[in-house]
Amino acid sequence: MTALRLLPLIWANLRRRPLRTLFTFLSIAVAFMLFGLLQALRSGFFGGAELAGVDRAITMHKMSIIQQLPRSYAERVKAVPAIKATNYQSWFGGWYRNERTQLSTLATDQNTFFEVYPEFRIADEQKRAWLADRTAVIAGKDVAARFGWKVGDRIPLQQSIPYKQNGNTWEVTIAGIFEEQSNNGNIFMRHDYLSEGSRWARDRIGWIVSRLENPDDLPRVTAAIDALFANSSIETKSSSEKTWVGDFAKQVGNIGAILSAVAAAVFFTMLLVIANTMAQSVRERTSELGVMKTLGFSNGAVTRMVLAEALLLTLAGGLLGLGLAFVVVGGMRAALSTWLPLIALDRGSAAMAIALMVVLGLAAGVLPALRAMRLKVVDALRGA
Amino acid sequence: MSVRGTWSQIAAVTSLNLQTLPSRWQTAMVTVVGIAGVVLVVVGVFSIAAGLRATLELSGADDVAFILRGGSSDEMQSGLGPDSVRVVGDAPGVARDAAGPLVSAELFVSVDLRSKSTGAMATVPMRGVGAQAPKLRGNFKLVSGRYLTRGTNEIVVGAGARGQFEGLEVGRSLRLGTSTWTIVGVFSDAGSVAESELWSDASVLQGAFNRGNSYQSIRVRLESPAAFRPFKDSLTSDPRVNLRILTEREYLEFLSGSLRTIVRVVGFTIALLMGLGAVFGALNTMYSAVASRTREIATLRALGFGGAAVTISVLIEALLLGLIGALVGGAFAYLAFNGLQTSTLNFTSFTQVTFAFRVTGALLGGAILYALALAFAGGLLPGIKAARMPVTAGLREL
Repeated sequence: MTALRLLPLIWANLRRRPLRTLFTFLSIAVAFMLFGLLQALRSGFFGGAELAGVDRAITMHKMSIIQQLPRSYAERVKAVPAIKATNYQSWFGGWYRNERTQLSTLATDQNTFFEVYPEFRIADEQKRAWLADRTAVIAGKDVAARFGWKVGDRIPLQQSIPYKQNGNTWEVTIAGIFEEQSNNGNIFMRHDYLSEGSRWARDRIGWIVSRLENPDDLPRVTAAIDALFANSSIETKSSSEKTWVGDFAKQVGNIGAILSAVAAAVFFTMLLVIANTMAQSVRERTSELGVMKTLGFSNGAVTRMVLAEALLLTLAGGLLGLGLAFVVVGGMRAALSTWLPLIALDRGSAAMAIALMVVLGLAAGVLPALRAMRLKVVDALRGA
Repeated sequence: MSVRGTWSQIAAVTSLNLQTLPSRWQTAMVTVVGIAGVVLVVVGVFSIAAGLRATLELSGADDVAFILRGGSSDEMQSGLGPDSVRVVGDAPGVARDAAGPLVSAELFVSVDLRSKSTGAMATVPMRGVGAQAPKLRGNFKLVSGRYLTRGTNEIVVGAGARGQFEGLEVGRSLRLGTSTWTIVGVFSDAGSVAESELWSDASVLQGAFNRGNSYQSIRVRLESPAAFRPFKDSLTSDPRVNLRILTEREYLEFLSGSLRTIVRVVGFTIALLMGLGAVFGALNTMYSAVASRTREIATLRALGFGGAAVTISVLIEALLLGLIGALVGGAFAYLAFNGLQTSTLNFTSFTQVTFAFRVTGALLGGAILYALALAFAGGLLPGIKAARMPVTAGLREL
């Protein structure tokens, strides 16, 4: 007999103690919601390295990213063979309206930007508007959505580096809104606006990004760049964008690893506890299973019924939890886009969650199911 | 019914419940393990917040003034000339000793070192300090080696940095930029944020980092916390300087703000979600506890025991299981986390801060109370159900 035809029986079993079924169902939902949120946070922190451009190298001050480089370095890097294009950037940061809404604003050389980052999706006329106006910026779609910015809006950015004319306020125009997975929380302003506005930033840049003809040249090119400036008063350190992004994420340290280890331990404990509760509910029905066998249900049918019941419960609860996590992550995205633009529940995590639901269902169902299969009718009936 | 009667009834029903507990240990475990898990994770997350608080906030003194250039929010954006340093040293309320005013003009840069725990490069704060700097930290102590000699390329490293980053042993040389530095000592400061830092002589660091003769911050020890107000007023009204003057405590609170918010938001979200899961587990346990004793409860009710006594006894059992879970989880958390040294990125200063997880008494107490609240929530409905059960139906059960 197929599991499908056993559905009415399974349904009746689940309704036998409706409260227990409900609470088990909800525990499973909570466990998988937690799992979904943790996975989303993890990809928020560490997903960047996977998306980093394989053909890009980053050059920064040898001592730390906070130290700046002379702007002339960008020209010298561009002359290194096998480099297709070179762009430079500086951190601007800033805030909007009040100090608590910090922005992730970068100043960049607008002329070379799209040569180095061809994956940015932006309308051509918006690109041209950015190139035409020194005070123009382009904003990622998440940050634009968060503050309701539209193309053409004039926005005051606040910065503790004072602008020479307006004190702490830097007026910018939104020339365009772009889409690029890792950068949707970022704003790019023009480096000439920063240099002109602040004595502090004149002829100084934060780091240099180079795009190579061929990703295989990366080790050779990074070594060649650093050799250019070796033994000068400002030495550089170059690495692939992938390494750079990965190291950046690791600055957070092993706190994340410690906490996810604990959360994982707790998640699996929750699964064990749930499995135990479900197994027990089958054990309570031993005598009923005996009656079913007496009535002619085959061993296989009884086993399938027990397993199907467990799987039904874990899948239903787990999918609800995963769905809730999906909704919550969607809600958090806008608020976190500045710092964790990549926070998302991806397909891999969802697939892993579903696999865990199946494992949980089998773990909870398989022992009682085996027992049910081996059960001698006489013993079962005597137990009643 | 007399109050005394109710109490003795509760005692009788509770003891009956607890005697049958061993035979129901498997369902009881659901509650115990569920609540232990919540306590473990909640204490873990909040011990990070407590550790950061101890390092970043509690180490700030009220009688130390912290001075930046006017309009700058943190040290990295600040810049101060030697004139400002002189004016600050002459201000009223500055404490003095034989060597002069207790003032340290400091330079704040950062260097990349390899983290022992992640193996990746991490941005570590390096501070050029004045001669009086150790006296401006409340608990400065050399742990090994000696203090740096002024005018040389010598470094002393904080104990926290020494533990978290590679290559900081006493006697080692460190190449930073164009100069080579020698590590001559390790210092501690009762776990304060200074322990995350590398210290060198300010004037040497100015040369090595092309900073001319500028500084980024000035620390000043005042005669007393009350001296801060007149000290600040006199400098604010001084036309020669444009300064932002805070107490050290105020500055460190600002510095830890965003990091603390993140840890708290994550902590409360996890606490809430896991708590919800634990309540469902406890509800299951207590409903099945009530169900397995339907006949006993009905018998007691038939003998004249009150509904309140039955409800309360169920609650007591739930609370007891919750307490066991909380103690187990709390003990695990204490053993696993307390004193655990680590470092993380402080988003505000963009450098690493080393600190230790702290499982405080208040934190454990709070977690246990939360666990008891969860257990109460899990026991209330089953308790009421037990009391409302019709006696005749209950007696017929099984």
